[in-house]
Amino acid sequence: MYKIAVMGDSDSVLGFKALGLDVYPVESVDEARKTLHRLAKESCAIVYMTEQLGAQMPEELARYKDALMPAIILIPGKDGSLGIGQENVTKSVIRAVGANIL
Amino acid sequence: MASTTVSATRMELTRLKGSLKTATRGHKLLKDKRDELMKQFMDNVRQNRALRAKVEEGLMRAHGSFTVASALMSTEMLEQSLMYPKQTVELDMSFQNIMSVNVPVYHFKTQNADKGDLYPYGFATTSCELDGAVEALSEVFQDMLELARIEKTCQMLAEEIEKTRRRVNALKYVKIPQMQESIKYISMKLEENDRNNTIRLMKVKDMILEQSIEEQRAADAKALESAAKKRQIPQ
Repeated sequence: MYKIAVMGDSDSVLGFKALGLDVYPVESVDEARKTLHRLAKESCAIVYMTEQLGAQMPEELARYKDALMPAIILIPGKDGSLGIGQENVTKSVIRAVGANIL
Repeated sequence: MASTTVSATRMELTRLKGSLKTATRGHKLLKDKRDELMKQFMDNVRQNRALRAKVEEGLMRAHGSFTVASALMSTEMLEQSLMYPKQTVELDMSFQNIMSVNVPVYHFKTQNADKGDLYPYGFATTSCELDGAVEALSEVFQDMLELARIEKTCQMLAEEIEKTRRRVNALKYVKIPQMQESIKYISMKLEENDRNNTIRLMKVKDMILEQSIEEQRAADAKALESAAKKRQIPQ
């Protein structure tokens, strides 16, 4: 059985607790890094992470990008979307095709 | 060019011809793989964009309600209300193979005592905005799972396409021309050797012929001389 984790500042992620997901409110980037590595070791299939947090740890995201597990999905935090999620989609297109054709 | 370093032998030529055939076939196959991957990728990426926009919009709505709820209630109360969720989510994962790329497929089951009731708190002490937030979240959750699947698929496909594209280009622009060059070099060298050999044989033949003619002439002269001597004796 695999887990679904939600990471971010506590205000953004608290609501997901009601859905029965594993919520990991983190305060600092260091803490987030540790939590992420721990989650990756334990069978965690999906990590939803707020864009605000994801923007501060690009190396970690790049590290798990090509791995099958976990899938790190950026979601907008309570302060709104930073557009990083859509930007990542565009980036993957550029990576595959060599140009942005969308 | 690297072709100058190959040894010009018939064995090397045969080997090179074999690998050129393999490389050409590999190039064709990889090109087909790349095209098919690209097709799959474009389908997925379009879905990905649409779904992401939808999820982000849904989440913003949920966050909006949640912010209002957290303004109306104290943080402790809020945490307390959500502390013991009624619903649990079980996630199962299997793999789908798209052109030898393993992509995840998620199956999830929510376990809930009462289907319609996902609020883990009593209504007396909580704000109704919180209900709205939880409801909005549960609505968008289905799409979030789908987004996770598609986004991961896109990432894996992008990686594979990048790799395949490099291989295709390396074969087409480096490997195959290099082999063709080597093959040309070797076959030209071999032909040259053949011509050398023929010329040498012709030369040797000429020399032997000349020698035998000389010998013949010498023998003839000798015979003539002795014949003349014999004729002189009776006189």
